[in-house]
Amino acid sequence: MTETAVARPAVDLSRLRDWLPKYGVYLAIVLLVLYNIFFTPYFLTWSNVRIQLIQVAPIVIVALGMALVIGTEGIDLSVGSVMALAAALIPLYLGYGVIAAIVASVVAGVAVGFINGVLVARVGLQPIVATLALFVGGRGLAVVISQGQLKDVRNPDLIYLGSGDLFGVPVLVWIAAALVLVVAFLVRRTVFGRRLLAIGGNRPATELAGLPVKRVLITVYVVCAVLASIAGLLAVARIQSSDASAVGLLIELSAITAVVVGGTPLTGGKVRVLGTVAGALLMQLVIATMIKHNLQPSTTEMVQAVIILIAVYVARERKTR
Amino acid sequence: MALLEVVDVSKIFPGVRALDEVSFRLEEGEVHALVGENGAGKSTLIKVLTGVYQPDAGELRYAGEPARFGTPMEAQRAGISTIYQEVNLVPLMSVAQNLFLGREPRNRFGLLDRARMDREAAEMLAGYGVTADVRRPLGTLALGAQQMVALARAVMIDAKVVIMDEPTSSLEPREVETLFGVIRDLHARGIGIIYVSHRLDELYQICDAVTILRDGRVVHTGKLADLERIRLVALMLGREMAEVRREGATAFSGEATADDDAEPILRVIGLSSRNKLHDVSFDVRPGEVVGLGGLLGAGRSETIKAIGGAYRLDAGDVRVDGVDLKRPTTVQAVKAGIAVQPEDRKAEGIIPGLSVRENIALAVLPRMARFGLVSDAKIDAVVERYMTRLRIKASSPDQAVGDLSGGNQQKVLLARLLATNPKVLLLDEPTRGIDVGAKAEVQGLIDELAAEGLGVVLVSSDAEELIEGADRVVVLRDGVVVGTLTGASVTTEDLMATIAEAAND
Repeated sequence: MTETAVARPAVDLSRLRDWLPKYGVYLAIVLLVLYNIFFTPYFLTWSNVRIQLIQVAPIVIVALGMALVIGTEGIDLSVGSVMALAAALIPLYLGYGVIAAIVASVVAGVAVGFINGVLVARVGLQPIVATLALFVGGRGLAVVISQGQLKDVRNPDLIYLGSGDLFGVPVLVWIAAALVLVVAFLVRRTVFGRRLLAIGGNRPATELAGLPVKRVLITVYVVCAVLASIAGLLAVARIQSSDASAVGLLIELSAITAVVVGGTPLTGGKVRVLGTVAGALLMQLVIATMIKHNLQPSTTEMVQAVIILIAVYVARERKTR
Repeated sequence: MALLEVVDVSKIFPGVRALDEVSFRLEEGEVHALVGENGAGKSTLIKVLTGVYQPDAGELRYAGEPARFGTPMEAQRAGISTIYQEVNLVPLMSVAQNLFLGREPRNRFGLLDRARMDREAAEMLAGYGVTADVRRPLGTLALGAQQMVALARAVMIDAKVVIMDEPTSSLEPREVETLFGVIRDLHARGIGIIYVSHRLDELYQICDAVTILRDGRVVHTGKLADLERIRLVALMLGREMAEVRREGATAFSGEATADDDAEPILRVIGLSSRNKLHDVSFDVRPGEVVGLGGLLGAGRSETIKAIGGAYRLDAGDVRVDGVDLKRPTTVQAVKAGIAVQPEDRKAEGIIPGLSVRENIALAVLPRMARFGLVSDAKIDAVVERYMTRLRIKASSPDQAVGDLSGGNQQKVLLARLLATNPKVLLLDEPTRGIDVGAKAEVQGLIDELAAEGLGVVLVSSDAEELIEGADRVVVLRDGVVVGTLTGASVTTEDLMATIAEAAND
């Protein structure tokens, strides 16, 4: 027995390299949860879990779209601005009912996504530059629409989306979970999902194979922006006010972090939907743990940075294998 | 004493002997042609000479001394400069700044002496026929002029050996003359030049000696004047004229399966694209394999890509089975039944991170799906059929294509094309870089597909493969159709004669 035990590590090391980028994020979550169970008072209470889930839900929703875009070897910096646009439009249309407000904010998402997609797929701009334009301009427009004012939202239906419960679980969390399933289904089961991965894997090859590359790319950016607009809508519903200058601020960075930590490579061709959810959860847990142990926000940021570096490093190891 | 000497150098990459005991000598003031088809080892040899690669065996001797260049920088410092096809200078900096990059003249305060730099640059470049304002960004100059700047820079940093990799590929005829003037000047100053080109005219005009590489080995080296053009072509394509075998060494049956009276399944009319293609026209009948012959850079790959909609055309017309596609997009081409197997399998063919099944099903996903939802059962059926038919060896359909051998990758690519039920198959180097067994299988498959009535266009730099695989060979040179071999004249000799003849014009 001792002999096999000696021979094993070499095999396990190469296995570990395969295994770590795929499942490392889950392992980290388990470890962190275990730590908190033993060392953080009141961690394992439903009220705490509930708060964590509510806080992470918008990030998960935005990160899902981001994962799709990153799967095509792109990136979308404009998601926070899309949230702001959606938030700014809600008070204007809420008078016609919740449905009208939802439609208005989703239409804004479609419009922004379409512009992003056209800039990337047809004009041929680099995704980071194309979406930077709307990152800057989108929020500006949102502030203009809302006339720079914070507006309270009192529509009970909308507030239910943000603060209500269904079977004891926040509606917000149900919506995020449903969207996770939809996106996972999109990636695994649909023609669109397979094409998206192929484009990220080798764009010239998919063009030669006769795939409608531009159409797929535009659709990906539209889906990403629509998800962001839903996140914006839910953010307004939760805080019961619309503040275009604050909603979704810096969320693009949280979303990209969740995607990367979840094991989706920035080089495209692969999308880890569950990994992305886990990535968002992990970052949320890290922040919560730090706060509960009274560490400075600046310390939290540095720890986040280290986690991102580890995630990217682990992924790199696998590439050079 | 030789200026630069390569002695028994070998370079091995996983699975390939890129250079196999290669030796050659470059004398002072000699213009030495280095020729060979794709994959012959020219680029590897150049990279060994310039310190990009280290030889696995053998040695370099520079001015009689054994030399080792660990990095391109070391080779450059020792006096070996390379002018690449693509100019590698800084397009946004001025011409003068590029010329003096890293060795800028300073004034007495240690600051950049712009006036002197611009003046000297202008004087120097005048000698190279470049009269443009040296203060303009390099990128605004014509490509030819940029190349001259690169050359001037190479000579300025005291180069003793200048390696030119297809320097004329983007030059106008007038610029070529200027370049040759400069080369003669360098020659007179005792600088050794290694000249890589596929334009035979140029070689005979400017070069003193020649070394021919094939499959990583030197097949000939000596004075160029002593070598007939047709012999040069024969050596490049790898056939001793006397020993062109009758039986053939490929898996092609040699039987024509086309019906001579049938309507063409593919008509290509007047394809033209700036610089690269000029009025290329030919027909392919069902069951016929039409070869595209010619040397590297003759426009074979461009023709294939243009038919498949992946190369920009200025004029031309593609018709498939009577349907006029004009200048199709890739989507239209695939829909009309054109399937293209690109030359560069890794860059434009396979999607390495995806599985065998995803790669095979890629182009036919809508047919494998209802309301946008893919049916795994349908995909599995197609994937299994082609994996069996093409004998694709993978641990499972879920294995990533990037992990397969070259031959199996190629088969996966062919399976993807066949799954679209094409009418016309365009194959660009279908057997490059794959092992002998897979090669024979692919060749057999091409025959089989033609027999089933597909029109096939075949490009191969392997003359045997082209001659034995094709029923008819359309010979290209510099983007122009210069001849067509049919019937009994589809032979290696005739192919070589047509290529060599064309070059005599």
